[in-house]
Amino acid sequence: MWLDATVAKEIRAEMVANVWKIVVTQGDSVADGDTLVILESMKMEIPVLAESDGVVAALHVAEGDVVQEGDVIAIID
Amino acid sequence: MFETVLVANRGEIARRVIRSVKSLGLRAVAVYSEADEALPFVKEADEAVLIGPAAPAQSYRDIEAVLEAARQTRAEAVHPGYGFLAEDPRFAARVQAAGLVWVGPSPEAIEQMGDKIRARNLVAAAGVPVSRGTERPVADLDAAVGAAVGIGYPLMVKASAGGGGMGMSVAVDESSLRAEFDKVQAFAGRTFGDASVLLERFYPRVRHVEVQILGLADGRVVALGERDCSVQRRNQKLVEESPSPAVGPELRMRMVEAAVRAGEAVGYRNAGTVECLLDTETGEFVFLEMNTRLQVEHPVTEMVFGIDLVEQQLRIAAQSPVSFDPDALQPTGHAIELRINAEDPKRFLPGPGTITSWEEPSGEGVRVDAGYAAGTTVTPHYDSLMAKLVVHGIDRDQALERARAAVASFRVEGPKCNLPFFAELLDHPEFVSGDYDTGLVARMRA
Repeated sequence: MWLDATVAKEIRAEMVANVWKIVVTQGDSVADGDTLVILESMKMEIPVLAESDGVVAALHVAEGDVVQEGDVIAIID
Repeated sequence: MFETVLVANRGEIARRVIRSVKSLGLRAVAVYSEADEALPFVKEADEAVLIGPAAPAQSYRDIEAVLEAARQTRAEAVHPGYGFLAEDPRFAARVQAAGLVWVGPSPEAIEQMGDKIRARNLVAAAGVPVSRGTERPVADLDAAVGAAVGIGYPLMVKASAGGGGMGMSVAVDESSLRAEFDKVQAFAGRTFGDASVLLERFYPRVRHVEVQILGLADGRVVALGERDCSVQRRNQKLVEESPSPAVGPELRMRMVEAAVRAGEAVGYRNAGTVECLLDTETGEFVFLEMNTRLQVEHPVTEMVFGIDLVEQQLRIAAQSPVSFDPDALQPTGHAIELRINAEDPKRFLPGPGTITSWEEPSGEGVRVDAGYAAGTTVTPHYDSLMAKLVVHGIDRDQALERARAAVASFRVEGPKCNLPFFAELLDHPEFVSGDYDTGLVARMRA
């Protein structure tokens, strides 16, 4: 699966939630484990983390948005 | 005593308070949002008032709406439960100014304990052990490096405005402090709009142990033992037990004395909780904070002491003596509480939904405080706590056995549910041994 290295990584929402905070901006370099966005659901703040090193190629949400399970939040290239 | 009590809360705690209000022969008034109309607490109250839409700011946190409901129903007292307005000194003051009885500590005590740094300094002056840390935010990296000398490593670098475990990092020496300080400061500025950073001593292996206190109408402050709340995910409690397996008679005496001193330092009345960190390596404890309200996990204390704490809160608020002899308090056996949440048992992510099946366990020593029932809906507007399963046994082994049986027969379908996590925990060697710390859940999921 060596091709994976060249495939942009989609970060998806794992549950219905409100987008509470956007922590990064498009073009930022991020490391594996960095917080990209913080979701809020049922009084719980849930950080959405980068799953690899890379650059934030796109952000598909804004603060205050409601995301559904499976929605793309960001793309890390 | 007053005759009508308005319960300014929702879900399991509103139902719990209503039960004690009615058992004293008083009238219970519920307030509810549009999202909660079908919940048991609304039906079980003698009267219920719709106070607004689902959003807490426009209903359960809306001081005007709650006070208006009190006027409409001629309520004479207000019980705030926990969360929402329970620790808002302005609400307590407004309740009193409206000529109503506030079932809780004075607005001044709430305010003094609400500011964490002020609270720490206040109890330290009363002789209660506190953690070493900066008394106010550190200005810059040089100030942080300087402050670290007095605190000692490892230390916690923490965003002042943070919470829920975010914006926190551990520094083990000066060079890691240099790296972590910048990271936390940048994260805090971006995320919370407040870049100020605090430093605190970090304890690698720690338990969260808290003492229940009651400030009586005659001015005495008494303690009702401790609760161990070390089973946590995202710094939030999942399980509580009393007594703590880590606390022996000598340590208990010192913790109880410290908790009473902390209460006396603010002239505390009514129910409160003194939260401490217990360093499992040294057996030393430090004050963390004081919660100026009834605690979610109060039932474990009720089970071992055989006392209804909400009843005592109402008695104290009415300037009456409590129902027990404060000089003859004696706990019996062991109690464990499990928080049954609408969240998945692996990663603890919340998952609301309509409850299609709900069957509660029963039997000797088993108590369920539930906020929901079959056919009701857990909505995303509020926290994920559906019910508290509380068991009592003659000792910890029997309590564990009863907990296992109760978990196995508790049936919840519809929303996500963390019951399978408890089945796993109750057979986990570290939890069963009693020798665990706040890192247990993270280790189970590593």
